Amino acid sequence: MVAATTPVLDPAAVAGAGRGTLLRLATAGSVDDGKSTLVGRLLHDTKSVLSDQLAAVERVSRDRGLTAADLALLTDGLRAEREQGITIDVAYRYFATANRSFVLADCPGHVQYTRNTVTGSSTADVVVLLVDARKGVLEQTRRHLAVTALLRVPHVVVAVNKIDLVDFSQEVYDRVESEVQAVARELGVVDAIAIPVSALDGDNVAERSTRTPWYAGPSLLELLEALPPSDDPANESFRLPVQLVIRPQGAARDPQFRDYRGYAGQVASGVVRVGDEVVALPSGRRTTVTGIDLGEASLEEAFAPQSVTLRLADEIDISRGDVIAAATDAPEPTQDIKAVVCWLGDAPLRPGQRLLLKHGSRTVQTAVRTLDGALDLDDLHAVPAESLSLNDIGLVTLRLASPVPVENYSTSRRGGSFLLIDAHDGRTVAAGMVGATLPTAADAPSQPEGDEEWEI
Amino acid sequence: MTTTVTNTPSAEARTDRRLSQLDALEAEAILVIREMAGELERPALLFSGGKDSVVMLHLATKAFWPAPIPFPVLHVDTGHNFPEVLAYRDETVERLGLRLVVASVQDYIDDGRLRERADGTRNPLQTMPLLDAINDNRFDGVFGGGRRDEEKARAKERIVSLRDEFGQWDPKNQRPELWNLFNPRHRPGEHVRVFPISNWTEVDIWRYIEREDIPLAPLYYAHEREVFRRDGMWLAVGPYSQPRDDEPVERRLVRYRTVGDMSCTGAVESPARTNADIVLEVAASTLTERGATRADDRISEAAMEDRKKEGYF
Ligand SMILES: Nc1nc2c(ncn2[C@@H]2O[C@H](COP(=O)(O)OP(=O)(O)O)[C@@H](O)[C@H]2O)c(=O)[nH]1
Ligand SMILES: [Mg+2]
Repeated sequence: MVAATTPVLDPAAVAGAGRGTLLRLATAGSVDDGKSTLVGRLLHDTKSVLSDQLAAVERVSRDRGLTAADLALLTDGLRAEREQGITIDVAYRYFATANRSFVLADCPGHVQYTRNTVTGSSTADVVVLLVDARKGVLEQTRRHLAVTALLRVPHVVVAVNKIDLVDFSQEVYDRVESEVQAVARELGVVDAIAIPVSALDGDNVAERSTRTPWYAGPSLLELLEALPPSDDPANESFRLPVQLVIRPQGAARDPQFRDYRGYAGQVASGVVRVGDEVVALPSGRRTTVTGIDLGEASLEEAFAPQSVTLRLADEIDISRGDVIAAATDAPEPTQDIKAVVCWLGDAPLRPGQRLLLKHGSRTVQTAVRTLDGALDLDDLHAVPAESLSLNDIGLVTLRLASPVPVENYSTSRRGGSFLLIDAHDGRTVAAGMVGATLPTAADAPSQPEGDEEWEI
Repeated sequence: MTTTVTNTPSAEARTDRRLSQLDALEAEAILVIREMAGELERPALLFSGGKDSVVMLHLATKAFWPAPIPFPVLHVDTGHNFPEVLAYRDETVERLGLRLVVASVQDYIDDGRLRERADGTRNPLQTMPLLDAINDNRFDGVFGGGRRDEEKARAKERIVSLRDEFGQWDPKNQRPELWNLFNPRHRPGEHVRVFPISNWTEVDIWRYIEREDIPLAPLYYAHEREVFRRDGMWLAVGPYSQPRDDEPVERRLVRYRTVGDMSCTGAVESPARTNADIVLEVAASTLTERGATRADDRISEAAMEDRKKEGYF
């Protein structure tokens, strides 16, 4: 049971935080599988819960007649969540160890809140998928795994939870693990790592448990600390969607910058150096980088995901929404795209519909040409569909009103992702991934085939 | 290989081209500020003179440099401000050449649109002047310095968060927010609140203030002050907070972790005189900043959520 000790933070770790790298984690899995409890346990056992927060959680737990603090209350902070004992929307919590800072996004499990889970996972470096050891794979487990696979979250950890309720049985664990891994493989996730845990008691969460002697792997925290950081941006091509053109003219606070002209944006991928040849898209005009500014500082190079301002040799026409890319392998702007979408709108998607598409800093009109299939969550392959309802995953063909330099999502998460927006009320109705496909009946095999199903 | 990043304020930038946590947070905040400047017609930035809004303003100056910040700043003045903070606010606005819009709670009380509360705190009274200022100035987006680690309802907030025509937040039906693609579109009458420093913790704020050497109002640093004890906090003796008979006044070495309505914002005893001292102190603290300093948030479990639903910051 949860020890009601006053936590003592490790000030050195907290003060040192900020020097290490940032890892973003999101939880996934069906309702009641223990996601919020696990996040609470991780915060508690890393001494990241301050004493007034813990006291508040203990008070509420006591009022409800619980004998121990319900650590899920550390993230289930809305009134409606506490009344119903569920998670409705993502809660973000933070903790740091000596070498890493973590952003924890605790996501809801209910199917009706899947759009919130998509929100939490879209920026994640790692998804921790919880499965109740007594129940195994449920529909929401499949749905969340499908979303994780589609979003290409770099790492997936399967926490086989409530191991205390199955007598810490290796046999149960092995069975559940292979069931989850089979589904994961079908969806293209080949390297998920599984851990037996009890979120309630803390087994294998921060520290390795003595109650699972048959398990020789790391605790969840050890695993998270050891996950390899994201790829070196030098391995990707340089892209920078232009957010703003900075031209102070007479408004310059310092007259020396009257003639300054720079293109501000975040490096979406790759590295750019002063002297590099670049191309502006969609115009295709080429020029050279003459300066890189970050506030008042001038840099020799910038890399993803730095927010910088580029100065260029020629006064070519570049405006907000354009992309500045490495001249050598720039993407080809196109008006026709095929993509997989997670439909997040309340009203269904239908072929023929007109919407807005936001890619990088550009928004264009688009029409849904065809709906080419929807993912059936039972047998995990695409089936014909006439519309997509809230939380459905489907394959669409879109026609854009003007060319946009999209990339394949499998080569660039930033270059291949887009939003669909309802032009009338401004609501975001879909998350789109360019060039992704759904497994078809023919290639939904029982034997694993790597992650090919998700390539073009 | 050696790093080719020169002249950068971030000493911790890695040779292997991975951003440190602070650099990653800075890059994200600048991305958000620029994107909203590009998408919105008439944004404004909430500026109280408090540390979070100061950091946000600093990030905005970086986002547009060497051009000035292209939108005004808005202060909802409770009339219960620390004079040092108001002076700091005015100096900063002057130094950066900003346009300041002030919405005054006192005006609303004077003409009867708002009534003073029994407990004397004016934090909840800020909502109406804030919403009126947004309407009157036709602001379609307002940058706020809210951080998710401050409070459990804030932990649920999107970076770009929709408000309906009554300024209300609907936490049960928030817009999806995907990747780094921010969508502030809305119907006429609605607006968005934008929180560029959502993912910063209190320690991040102080490490950044230290790294960037950002000037702050002096009351964030240890100083001697006449204080009295109430509800387990040290309150300053001042025009809006007077000790009762059973509350003896003492002179103590204190500093403020948050600055707000003087009548309900407590000081903490502290010898921390420099940013480096404060980083260590905050890192070792066993209380959250609100738990340590805000009487109004202790009233109910859901005080912040209820205020936010009505349109509070
Ligand atoms: N026995 C046991 N109960 C657990 C464990 N993890 C979570 N629970 C309980 O399962 C219920 C649902 O947990 P919660 O964290 O809210 O699940 P969520 O819906 O996935 O966030 C709560 O009553 C928890 O106390 C565990 O490891 N062992
Ligand atoms: Mg939950």
